[in-house]
Amino acid sequence: MLRQVLLTALIAAAALMPRGAHAEEKLVLKSVTADLPFGDRMFPDGPGSEAVNNNCLACHSAGMVLTQPALSKEQWHAEVEKMRTAYKAPIDPKDVNAIVDYLVGLGKPRQ
Amino acid sequence: MQRALSVQSLASRRRFLGTAGAAGAASLTLSPLSALADAMIKLPLPGGPDERSITTAFPQKGALILQRTRPPLLETPLEVFDQSVFTPNDKFYVRWHWSLIPSTVDVSSFRLAVHGHVNQNLSLSLDELMALPRVELVAINQCSGNSRGYFQPRVSGAQWSHGAMGNARWTGVRLKDVLDRAGVKPGAVQVRFNGMDEPIVPDAPDFMKSLAIDHARDGEVMLAYAMNGEQLPLLNGFPLRLIVPGWFSTYWVKMLNDIEVLDQPDTNFWTKTAYTIPDTPHANVQPGQTGFKSVPISRMVPRSFITNIKPGDALQAGAPTLARGIAFGGDTGVARVDFSSDGGNTWQQAQLGKDEGKYSFRQWQFRFTAPGRGSQVLMVRCTSSSGETQPNTPYWNPSGFMRNVIEQTPVVVS
Repeated sequence: MLRQVLLTALIAAAALMPRGAHAEEKLVLKSVTADLPFGDRMFPDGPGSEAVNNNCLACHSAGMVLTQPALSKEQWHAEVEKMRTAYKAPIDPKDVNAIVDYLVGLGKPRQ
Repeated sequence: MQRALSVQSLASRRRFLGTAGAAGAASLTLSPLSALADAMIKLPLPGGPDERSITTAFPQKGALILQRTRPPLLETPLEVFDQSVFTPNDKFYVRWHWSLIPSTVDVSSFRLAVHGHVNQNLSLSLDELMALPRVELVAINQCSGNSRGYFQPRVSGAQWSHGAMGNARWTGVRLKDVLDRAGVKPGAVQVRFNGMDEPIVPDAPDFMKSLAIDHARDGEVMLAYAMNGEQLPLLNGFPLRLIVPGWFSTYWVKMLNDIEVLDQPDTNFWTKTAYTIPDTPHANVQPGQTGFKSVPISRMVPRSFITNIKPGDALQAGAPTLARGIAFGGDTGVARVDFSSDGGNTWQQAQLGKDEGKYSFRQWQFRFTAPGRGSQVLMVRCTSSSGETQPNTPYWNPSGFMRNVIEQTPVVVS
């Protein structure tokens, strides 16, 4: 309450002051509430898409994965392992091969 | 269809993931629809994919290139850099590592903690911080991986074009003043910075970065509560962001609420393991090369761009043409900018615009008459105040960091 009164007084005082040099201006920060879009696009259907949707979308949306250049199987495997080990993604180990194969397929021309 | 997700629902999702693991993730039901896009843009990335959406779906943000929705990766379109050396807040690029980003920040309850190897722990309100001596600095914030999409061979990671950078006038307080208030104890070696964002998987490494104690106390590193005269957009780190002039953005911790003075080198993942570059000249290695030592990425290097002529534009033969753009020296100012209208065979010195400080974008311009007819390549080259010049051929490293080759703008003269 006191803070509110003080703040109101400050704003009023600031309004009365002549607009002088930049450094004299009083900046008043305001609280922010801003919801972010979630990004609920699914990976395109194909062999392994279920494994990818189930294991990947909890941590990140699909967009950045779908804009990767054509990467080799080894490169994609390293990416999935980085998610598992460095970023602790709860990926079911038995899904890893299906995920990697799906991602390798992204770089190939689709019908 | 887009879904707004509050931090509360993210937190419950996180708990859910933590207990249920992969089985929990498998049971998430997500709508297949996504309509964040209202326009498309083509980025000339070699080999593609080159199409991206332009999005206006993010709070306090105008039209930006959508690289990823969650956690957000939003890129500034190149034409924004043609309008001013200051990048507007609503067009400033966005990059987050983890998706648990507070959607509400209350300015009255926010506190910055300062603790660790200090004489006195602090818990500072924004009012208390803003009562400290106020400083202003113009500085470029550039992602380590800016322009990664142009690496050849291509590398994994966010496939940015050149817009993972921006330049702003930052207002805030010196980190040194805050540290002095806490009283750094003898034997301090590093200072670690942590923001309010968190990983959705509980045991994943929280995003933190550290600076050497002398760097942290150099009087230039600052805590900014305003950019371009206004409070920071939430997605650029409201209410407080670390500013590390001349260094890549990975150190510019957003939503900063925790500063820890360390008496041992930081071993956390994001400082020690991630964001490292080969310890070789220009961080350059051969594709496939292994066995090199790696060190944390640090200072930026010179770059320059043409902002008023796009790749593929048509120029009129024999007609005077104005080329214009921006340049920066990296961790020092711009000494000169040279322009070539013939693919780098001949160079002429461009005229520099107002100097906003050594860490700022510097505008340049050059009037020329396009030579001959047919395909031609325009190029621009920055030399920094320390004598460092952009290279003719690109350096390469497996993370796609620190690109600074002389960029090429192919045009058709007719």
